[in-house]
Amino acid sequence: MRKTPFHIQSRRSFLKSSIAGAAVAVALPAGAFAQAKVLKVAGIYTVPVEQQWVSRIHIAAVAAQERGDIEYTYSENTANTDYPRVMREYAEQGYDMIIGEIFGVEQEAREVAADYPDVAFLMGSSFKEDPALANLSVFDNYVQDASYLSGIIAGAMSESGKIGMVGGFPIPEVNRLMHAFMAGAKEMNPDIAFQVSFIGSWFDPPKAKETAYAMIENGADLLYAERFGVSDAAKEKGILAIGNVIDTQPDYPDTVVASAIWHFEPTLDAAIAKVQAGTFTAEDYGTYSFMKEGGCSLAPYGTFEGKIPQEALDLVAKRTEEIKSGAYTVTINDEEPKSS
Amino acid sequence: MDLFDILLSASFWAAAIRIASPLIFATIGELICERAGVLNLGIEGIMVAGAFAGWISVWAGLPLWGGVAVALLVGMAFGALHSVLSVPFGLSQHVVGVGITLLATSVTFYTYRVVLPEVSSPPKIQAFQPYEIPLLSDIPLLGPALFSQTPLTYAAFVLALITGLVLFRTPLGLAVRAAGENPSAVAAQGLSVTAIRMGAVIVGSGFMAVGGAFLTMSAFDSFFFDMVGGRGWICIALVVFGAWRPGKAVLGAILFAAFDALQIRVQQTSLGTVIPYQIFLMMPYVLSILALVLMSRSAQVPAALMVPFNKGTR
Repeated sequence: MRKTPFHIQSRRSFLKSSIAGAAVAVALPAGAFAQAKVLKVAGIYTVPVEQQWVSRIHIAAVAAQERGDIEYTYSENTANTDYPRVMREYAEQGYDMIIGEIFGVEQEAREVAADYPDVAFLMGSSFKEDPALANLSVFDNYVQDASYLSGIIAGAMSESGKIGMVGGFPIPEVNRLMHAFMAGAKEMNPDIAFQVSFIGSWFDPPKAKETAYAMIENGADLLYAERFGVSDAAKEKGILAIGNVIDTQPDYPDTVVASAIWHFEPTLDAAIAKVQAGTFTAEDYGTYSFMKEGGCSLAPYGTFEGKIPQEALDLVAKRTEEIKSGAYTVTINDEEPKSS
Repeated sequence: MDLFDILLSASFWAAAIRIASPLIFATIGELICERAGVLNLGIEGIMVAGAFAGWISVWAGLPLWGGVAVALLVGMAFGALHSVLSVPFGLSQHVVGVGITLLATSVTFYTYRVVLPEVSSPPKIQAFQPYEIPLLSDIPLLGPALFSQTPLTYAAFVLALITGLVLFRTPLGLAVRAAGENPSAVAAQGLSVTAIRMGAVIVGSGFMAVGGAFLTMSAFDSFFFDMVGGRGWICIALVVFGAWRPGKAVLGAILFAAFDALQIRVQQTSLGTVIPYQIFLMMPYVLSILALVLMSRSAQVPAALMVPFNKGTR
């Protein structure tokens, strides 16, 4: 699928991990990390590490390295066709854990994992774990809690009652966030109509932008920005947008009202602890992205502080409490969303 | 909104022209190469390199047109490499072209990472803004569609016009076309087929890169890997569609773009709730293939396309 058979091990990250390793070695006699082994962790990503979804994983791994829990290195922009090979290379080099995304190589990646039973694989996947393959666990960004809250705000901020949603592909992780967002918006305003389009690409901002323009022409006054390019169309046409996975408000201070952010830290930290304790087994780490676990949150309102109706803020606050206490559960719906 | 409303709206045609612009640059570039007898499959990678080079130059402080010039030069550099391998060395044009595409995308990512080792997202630039041409932009329908675009879109149309004039109205154009039809005749005239073909590939590759730069400097204001997303391959088909004629190729690009703009809009009508979105995304390609079948019947392929020329052999 990708035309970039190119993977590099960032020299900088290698240096950094060496330095961090040295720092840990110095710290060890002090007893700070005396009991836990410093894991060698490799990340393999199909896109550059700054691209939204992967950036969340990378940031969590860098944080774990700075804490001294792991030694981290990574290969970015690895084509799916090279992916299994790169997995093998790290496994052969004696890495304890490999993290990454196998949405495009589900079958091959599992075959590689089966060949290296002593290596823990923590992989983003659309599928579930396989009990017969004890060293491969799956995760995904189950941030529907935050998406739902951002939907409440969107429902209150849209005046035309038309919300446009531009997605890449209707895969489960995209669908469930869209559905949660729609549920939130409907709770504030049951009459809201949604226009849903998929552009058939993850990184085609010009196309996402064109699709967003068409939605705005069609009367949408608020856009759910699942893809890059959508917030740009909103900014140009002076309408509002809701961010997804990362906080995009700093780039669009006047138009991005709220963002649903994913935090990968709980997922990674749980896996690190299990590998260190020797209890890592086939599991679905999806729940670590739930709000209860600190896996997602609504970005600070920032420039929109004071501009969001109190009614919506109250509901967001109430639901946040209920989600955290378990009194309210956001429905997980992986079906492809349709326009209404 | 039904089909007629969509087809009669200026915003629809404006979108079609916007989507067509990068395709026009790259299609004209490919057309020049093929007219001289060289198939340039490096197009996709050269567009990626151009998209990156133009954007990063502006980010580094060059003016917008300076960025366009850098993209042009980067494209010409890859074109030079392609032409050395494909013309004097006479290597397989398929292999050379695919190789150039792989090299250009890889070098682009390498350069990207060296220049921007740690960023939270690719930086944005101040991209070309739409410029309304006085008087012309007041014409109903046509005005907003054609004459309220960014300067780079106007440049695409001017380029197509100039290319047509040069190819069919000048001795240079005649020599280029002859190099693709009957290189022995060119050699018999005392002209260098090698020089003509290399020149065509270098210049054509430069235009392809500008097509890529359109994506990061006009259609959008930042660079993402994969954002060219197969547009280069579409341009190869558009050259065939246009029967190796610039005017027809431009029409083909606009037609393809119009189908694309249309599917985006139809997806949002009530039809979108019943028909799977993949059908809509497929529409521009399916319709273009149909049009291609009809149009290409009368097309005259340059006779010496993909045939290496060795001076003195028959």
